[in-house]
This record gives sequence, C-alpha cells and structure tokens, in this order.
Amino acid sequence: MALSREQIAQRVAQELKDGYYVNLGIGIPTLVANYVPKDIEVMLQSENGLLGMGQFPTEDEIDADLINAGKQTVTMANGASIFDSAESFAMIRGGHVDLTVLGAFEVDVNGNIASYMIPGKLIKGMGGAMDLVAGADNIIVTMTHASKHGVSKLLSNCSLPLTGKGCIKKVLTDLAFIEIKEGKFHLLERAPGVSVEEIIKLTEGELVVTGDVPEMKL
Amino acid sequence: MAGFDKVVSSYEEAMAGLTDDMTIIAGGFGLCGIPENLISEIKRKGTNGLTLVSNNCGVDDFGLGVLLPNRQIKKIVASYVGENAEFERQMMAGELEVELTPQGTLAEKMRAGGAGIPAFFTATGVGTPVAEGKEERTFNGRDYILEEAIIGDFAIVKAWKADRYGNLVFRKTARNFNPLAATAGKITVVEVEEIVEVGELDPDHIHTPGIYVNRVIQGTFEKRIEQRTTRPTDQQEAKGE
Repeated sequence: MALSREQIAQRVAQELKDGYYVNLGIGIPTLVANYVPKDIEVMLQSENGLLGMGQFPTEDEIDADLINAGKQTVTMANGASIFDSAESFAMIRGGHVDLTVLGAFEVDVNGNIASYMIPGKLIKGMGGAMDLVAGADNIIVTMTHASKHGVSKLLSNCSLPLTGKGCIKKVLTDLAFIEIKEGKFHLLERAPGVSVEEIIKLTEGELVVTGDVPEMKL
Repeated sequence: MAGFDKVVSSYEEAMAGLTDDMTIIAGGFGLCGIPENLISEIKRKGTNGLTLVSNNCGVDDFGLGVLLPNRQIKKIVASYVGENAEFERQMMAGELEVELTPQGTLAEKMRAGGAGIPAFFTATGVGTPVAEGKEERTFNGRDYILEEAIIGDFAIVKAWKADRYGNLVFRKTARNFNPLAATAGKITVVEVEEIVEVGELDPDHIHTPGIYVNRVIQGTFEKRIEQRTTRPTDQQEAKGE
C-alpha cells in the first residue's frame, strides 16, 4: 500500500535527531511536526522570522501578529526567538538549519529539484524554497512517486523550471525512500506491501536496487 | 524646530512626495505586518506606474491587492504572489510585470540597499530561471550568482511602537521584512500602533534606530488574518468537540 500523507510525515520524523533545528515546508512537511519522537527535542524554524514554532493557537490565543511561513496562525514554543527576514535567511543560507523538509513536483538523478512553477499553469513563485535548497546540506523531499495517471516524478531530467540544481540527496515518496548519488537513484526502503518491481516501474530515472530492500517501519 | 521629531499627523502628509513611476519597498509577510493604511493612502492618491517591492502582493481586497483594480502597479518584485484573482488576470494578460525573486535574496537586496552594498553573490537560484542574465562566479569550488541591491524612492513600514524620533519596535512575526524595508527607502514612512515619548523605549530593545526613519504616523489596524488555524482547548478536547 502506498503511504498516506500522515505516514510519509511519520517516516520523515524518524530522521529527526535530538537538538535539530528544522525547517518544514508547506503541505506534507508541516505534518512532520505531529510525529516528533517524545524523547527528543527539535526546534522548528519558520522562514518568516520565527525559531521555535509552537502548535496552533486555541481560539483565545489567536494573534494576527504571529503566523508561520504558510500564513497560518501559530504559537511560540518555550525558548522561541523572533527576527527579521534577512536574519532568517542568514540562518538558512548560512547552513545553520540541520534539516529541511520540502515538497516537489519533480526530482531527478542529478539531485535537481523542480517545485515552484508550472509554465502557463501555476506561477505563484518560489517563496523561500530556492534559498532552502541552496543553503541546506541535509534536505528531504517529500512527494508522491508518480502522478495519478502513473507518470513518474522521479526523472532522469526534470522537465519543469528548476528550484535548485544538484542539491537533493534524499527523497521520501509514498512508495519508497530513495537516496540520490553519483547520478542515480538508490532504493533504500520501500513502503510496506509495495514491491520493488512496482517502484522500478514508476521510476523513470535510473534506479539502483541492491540486495533485499527492507520495508519501512512505521 | 522639529529636530528629530518624525511624527506627522495625516496620511496625506505621510505619503507626500509620492509621484507616478516611483519604486516603493513595502514590509510585511502575507497580510502580517503590512502597512495597511499607507497602502490605502496610495490607493486614494491614485499614483500610477509604481514598482512595488514586497514579499507578497496582498489579497483581492486587502493589502497591496487594493492597488490592482485601478492598475496602479506597473511592476512587482516578490517571492510569492497570486493569492488574488485580479493579480493573476493582470499577470497572464501581460498588464503587470512580475519579477519573482527568492525570499532570502529579496530580504538581502533590501538589506544591501540600505547598507550601501550595490550587489552580492549568493548560491540561491544558481541553475534556475532566476540566474538567467546574471553574472556567475565560483568561490571555493561553488557557483554563485550576482544579485543587485534595491533602493526605494519610498519605503512603507508597519511597526508596533515608535518614539517621536522614529526609533522602532516590532511585534512578533509582524517584524519580517519591515526592518529591512526601513533601511532601504530614500523616504521611509512608518505607521505604528502607538507613539511613545522619547526615552520610553529601552535603547537595548529598539529594533530599528530612528536614523532610517523619515516620517511616523499612528494608525488603527484591521490586521486581517489570512489562514485562521486553531487547535481545540483541553476542555474542548476532553468533551470530544
């Protein structure tokens, strides 16, 4: 079975380490916050200028001056700090964020990522995504492996305008956990009940499969 | 003698000198921390041909979006747009020029503009459409593109508190681009929720020193929320609501 959005978030959360500063993108990445292991501490960075993002506010706690990068009302965690946008991107571009999780339309075997524009259709902009992929060393891309029509999103060459070049090393899809190195995809784990053959069929770029590929533990 | 007193008493006075075809840098992220009344004043004034530099462009009836129906904006430099239908229509019809700029690059362009740095190298955007036509250089084996600073004829800023000398304090994430915008305007206009007497703000807690600020006005704010997201209270949760 393909992973649900929540399950993708759950698996990403296993990559969190105690003391990590983490930037979570909009969509599935945001859900990762719900699965932070109880025995570790992480601090969430929101690029609009908040380090230490807390949970959503109760109706009484809503504050128009306190939002996250998805423009949702939020609260501050204990030990939070607030800063301007240049400071926020100094953290990101200076490589101070330990883990970045973000979504994508396509990735390819050279670690290129396309996530911000579909010419003629969707032209909303990159927001902070180009800064995040250029500045972070440790990035996990979360996405569906293929479109509803079975068209692979893991390609030999991205077809859409790029958000970043050669910057992606890990991809978690609804079917597989994949590492990108030496110009190839490498299958690390498969979703429970999903066969290697199925993953190969839906991966357009070259995929290396070594030995028995373990199932993800959720 | 006004000395360092930057306080003006009307929005008309606050935006005096703004003329057609000028460049305006605006603070704010989404609808959070936007100079909403200064924007309304630009609409009222009817100034045209403007270049707006702002992370976003508001929504249809609030924020910078209110400048769209009368076609006051010629060009927008932003990182994320299209939260409004009229914006999309004008962009698709080629009536509105849009320069999409990565958010960190946008912030740095303002910071550099205000700090007298004409341009800077960044890895952000290398190998993407953003890099087209820009100088590329390699430092320590990594590629960077040259991005130019931005200076505005006007900067419009929203702060929480100001003293009469224009020292500013921002509140929570309404700070965002505002302190950067404040440095990068030839004329920087700030609207605030409260003006206090000089000496009331702790010098250690001032976010933007008054040297960057030309005019201060006190306003009242709607502070519209774009995405109202909440969690249930513990009591609601216990009742299963």
